[in-house]
This record gives sequence, structure tokens and C-alpha cells, in this order.
Amino acid sequence: MSVILKTEKLRVEFKSRELGQTTKVALNQLDLEVSTGEVFGFLGPNGAGKTTTMNVLLGFVQPTSGTASLFGIDVRQPIARQRIGYLPEMTYYYKFLTAEELLRFYAKIFGLPGAEANKRIDETLKLVELDSARKRLIKTYSKGMQQRVGLAQALINNPDLLILDEPTSGLDPLGRMKVRDIIQRLKNEGKTVFFSSHELGEVETVCDRVAIIANGNLKAIGRVQEIKGSEETLEKAFLNIIGFQN
Amino acid sequence: MRNVFAIAQIVILEMYRRKEFYVLFILTIMICLIMGSINIFNDKEVIRYIKELCLLMIWASSLIIAITTTARQIPAEREQRTLLPLLAKPLSRTQLIFGKFLGCWIVTGLALFCFYVLFGVLAATREHQWPIFNYFQAALLHWVALGVVVALSLLGSLVFAAPSSNSTICFAICAAIMCLGRYLDQFALNFHEPMRSLVYGIYFAIPHLEIPFEMRNLIIHDWPLISWNFVGLGCLYLLLYMVFFLLAACLVFRRKAVN
Repeated sequence: MSVILKTEKLRVEFKSRELGQTTKVALNQLDLEVSTGEVFGFLGPNGAGKTTTMNVLLGFVQPTSGTASLFGIDVRQPIARQRIGYLPEMTYYYKFLTAEELLRFYAKIFGLPGAEANKRIDETLKLVELDSARKRLIKTYSKGMQQRVGLAQALINNPDLLILDEPTSGLDPLGRMKVRDIIQRLKNEGKTVFFSSHELGEVETVCDRVAIIANGNLKAIGRVQEIKGSEETLEKAFLNIIGFQN
Repeated sequence: MRNVFAIAQIVILEMYRRKEFYVLFILTIMICLIMGSINIFNDKEVIRYIKELCLLMIWASSLIIAITTTARQIPAEREQRTLLPLLAKPLSRTQLIFGKFLGCWIVTGLALFCFYVLFGVLAATREHQWPIFNYFQAALLHWVALGVVVALSLLGSLVFAAPSSNSTICFAICAAIMCLGRYLDQFALNFHEPMRSLVYGIYFAIPHLEIPFEMRNLIIHDWPLISWNFVGLGCLYLLLYMVFFLLAACLVFRRKAVN
């Protein structure tokens, strides 16, 4: 299995808004490796640095030091994003477009030829069960439907690596189940999924490996069973690792 | 280029589907129509004044369309968080800037085309002539000048947080250049050094938008065509500013965090 996502000694500092502090360390010496075909859960409490890590991987934020690469290409190069799909935590898309138009636009950015783009649009809309609403403006969609449009756009290029930032956040149980099913299906197809979540039960079900991060520092990384150790659930192990004491 | 055109296409589609865009567009057309239908004593001078007012209205409207359309592009993408899934694609920030610019420039060009055609038809019904090449020269330089304004607004949208402040500043800069730009060298003579050099410096540094603005006299006074070489040079001069502002926008946006 080859490594397709890698960070080495990744450090991100932001200007602090607190008095007396000049910088705030969002990530500190983060080393991560994700291999082909893995479903990798990225866990941590709020403000731990999960979204910052994803932002660096997607080129939204420049690291202060260290390196990050996707498929062996530096993340600062746009071409590194050719084989990835990304679903942000909050899904907002152009409300003046229909789902079909949105997917066609993104297919163009990926350089998919017309016939292949049409095929992918049909496939992804069927996969996320939005085929019947494809001609409707996105502004008329419910939250769950918008989340599924988000998944469809993340899958339009048939990516080898999916980066999902809290994909089930704010969804009802049915919506969560559908997203989980899609992740499971992608796993079965041999795709690599890197996702952050607070739903530890869900992580336990679908992930091969997990990493736990707190205050920008990597606290633990390994297979779900290794992380759980003697604890009954991943949630208990997670709370121990981040230093929460009841 | 494929990505630049895809972004531009989305900008055009957005403008087509947004209702706000049509308000100013229809308002300008209606005012031009009403003014064009006024006939006071069939006096030629009055018709000339009306033509001047209509063209002034077209200039003001086109500036408002160019600035307001452009100023909200990147801030709206950030605010609505549509920028994140977009930049997660194999799209460089330079392509995004150029795509947004192209889309806004084409939109303002289409609005301008409609304004000039309507104005031309209206004037032709009165004067029974349509100096099409005069219109072409005036409209061409007008459009290229709007390209400079679009590029400036795009740069402003990356520097200023709020689209409203950017729009106000861009509009004030354009109005100041068009009204005072040509007199700056004369003002400079009234100052002592180093103020004189500073004012001279500003005079040479600013894009002289008053040049294309004055081209409307070709239509108002039915002046003969100016040399096509001068039109070409005028376009080139404005294109250089356009490229300068776009490159500055790319530089500002290149290292900006978008989270």
C-alpha cells in the first residue's frame, strides 16, 4: 500500500487575538501518513486543529513550517488536488445553480470531457439520491439535500482520496446513515477516505485507523482496536487520551 | 484557460439570474428612453445636451455595474463559503482571479453594448444618421476603461473586508480621476517641492480614465473619427493598467488564508 497523504513536522501558527500573545500554535510538528484504501478517522475536541490540518492539505492555509503532500505532490500545487474530493463541514454552494449545473461546473474544473462529465453527473446524482431534483435550484433544497449535493461534488471526479470534514454534522439520523453508507461503499470500492468527526460510534464502525489530536499535538495514532486498548468504547479511550478526567 | 472560462461562465450566469442587476439596467434604459423622447422646440443644441446627459448616465450606470458586480465576487465567495469547495479543486488562485475578472468584464461589456445600441437607435430616430464607427470607438474605449475599473475593484475586494467600503472607494477614485485627473499637472505647478513632485508622480501614475470618458464627444458633437492608431494606443495604455491591477490582485490573494 502506497502512502497518498503525508504530513511531516507540520506546524501552523496564527496571529493571536489574545492580549499579550503574538502567535497561537494551531498545529505542532504533526506527522501523518494515510495509505491507499484506508478509511482514516481524524479525531479531536473542538479547536484541536482538525480543520486546520485539512485546510493545509487543501492549500487554503500555508504551513509555517513542515511539509504536506497528496499523492507525493506538494499541496501548494493545484495539480495535487486533481485526484481528491472534498466535503467541507458546512456545505454552501452557488444557490443560483441547479445541482446538475453545479456538478457540470466542477467537472469542467477537473477537465472531464463532455460525455464523461455527463456520465459522472448521472452516477453521482443517483448515488446521493438527488436524481429527481437535479433541475431544481440549490436554494430550494433542504439541509440534508444540500449536504448530499456536497457529497456529489466531492465525488464528481471519481476521486482516489476523499477528504470529509465532519460529513454528518447537523444531519438527522437518516441523513447520517446515508452518508455512512456512502463512505462504506467507497471503502468497498478501494477508495481512501480521510475524515474528521465527533461521532465516535460512526468512526468505530467505518474506520481502519484513527488519529487523535488535541491542542495541535498528535496524541495517538493507530488501528481502532489499538487505540481502544482495554477500554469498552472508542469514546472512553478518546476521553482518556485527550486528558479528560471526570 | 479552461478553468478561467468556467469561472467566467458562472459569473455571467449569476448576473443573469440575479434580480438586482436588472434594476439599474432597466432604470438606465428607461431614463434614456424618456430623455430621448423629449423634443424642446426641435432645437439641435437641446438635443445635444440631452445626448450628453444620456451618455453621462450610461457612464455612471456602467461604472456602478462594473464596481458593484466585481466588488462582491470574492467577499461573497468567502462569506457564503463557496470558496472552499472551489479552491479544493485543481484550480489556482490566479485562475480564479482571472476568471472572475473576465466574467465581470464580459457582463459590463454586455450591459454597455445594450446601452449604446439603445442610445444609438434613439439618437438615429432624431438625427436620421448613425455614425457607427464613432459609436464603436467611444464604446470600445469605454469598455476597456471599465476593464481597468473591474481589475481595480477586484484588487480592492481582496484588500478591503467589506464590499460596500471597496465600492465606495473605487467609485470615489474613478470619479476623482475622471473629474480632476487631467488637471493634476496644472495643480502641481502651484506647489513647492517635494509636494510638486508628489502631485506630478500621481499624475503620471494614475490611469487616465478621462481619456475614454471624453470620447463621448465623438457622439455628442459628431466629431470626425480619431485615428485608429490612437484608439489602439489608448487601448494598450488601459490594458497595461488592467494587467498591473490583476497581477497585484494575484499577489495579494496568493498567500491569503481562505479558511
